[in-house]
Amino acid sequence: MATTAHKEPNYIGVFWWLLVLTIIELGVIYLPIAKIAIAAMLVVLAISKAALVALYFMHLKFERLTLGLVALSPFILCVFLILMLMPDIFPR
Amino acid sequence: MSDAVAVHAAVEPQESPLTPENWGKLGMWLFLAGDAMSFGCLIVGYGILRYASDSWPVPAEILGINLTALMTFLLIVSSVTMVLSLSAIQHGDRAKFKKFMGLTILGGLIFLGLQAYEWTHLITETLPHHNLSFSTHLFATTFFVLTGFHGMHVTGGVIYNTCVLAAVLRGRYGPKHVEIAGLYWHFVDLVWILIFTFVYLL
Repeated sequence: MATTAHKEPNYIGVFWWLLVLTIIELGVIYLPIAKIAIAAMLVVLAISKAALVALYFMHLKFERLTLGLVALSPFILCVFLILMLMPDIFPR
Repeated sequence: MSDAVAVHAAVEPQESPLTPENWGKLGMWLFLAGDAMSFGCLIVGYGILRYASDSWPVPAEILGINLTALMTFLLIVSSVTMVLSLSAIQHGDRAKFKKFMGLTILGGLIFLGLQAYEWTHLITETLPHHNLSFSTHLFATTFFVLTGFHGMHVTGGVIYNTCVLAAVLRGRYGPKHVEIAGLYWHFVDLVWILIFTFVYLL
């Protein structure tokens, strides 16, 4: 069966994206803007990089939706954990 | 079913991931989801403690980011060599697989060496200089717990990859085993990307 000719992601292209995003991250922290804006940009950049690794290197983009839901499930726990701990830190 | 077909099934959405050929991959994904919960709790805990603290130092000033940026680069490169080794074994090129898997393992080992160097430097010089230590400030505690937990994962990954390399060379493992090992290694890279941002840069 000649089924090995499936489309392979452009791994090197993903590598360049990861490298560029990392360099942008290192540049962002020296920007003379509000710290909260820097933090927001860093979070967006980090999540973009993590998504690139998961989608292309871990082939999530080419899998069924169910597997993507399994992969996303820990984030639900994280959001839940943050909400549960909010009362502890907000009265400050 | 040949290995080539199994790998094909692994990247084609038409086929269910619940066929016996893919149980290993599904198992690894479930393990990684659980592992991500551990890391998620540690990172959220870190964020909450930091937000609630009045005396949290600026991490970049104490930890330094040049060495860590290099470590991040190294892990990203080792992730790339990992996918290239998978691509090689999928195309039946064992020599190329051996080369790229060897480079992946080497990347992991250099990462661990740099982390050992960083920790030694922090524990013996930088932290005492700032009157911080593992047991006296949550900044140091959370740092060592988070990076230590990740370092353990890298150590496990290096051992795992070495076993996979040996098993492939002896003809016992095929492309799908390499793909499963790759999932674990990329996850370790993914977590480091988050740790680099949340612990070092923010």
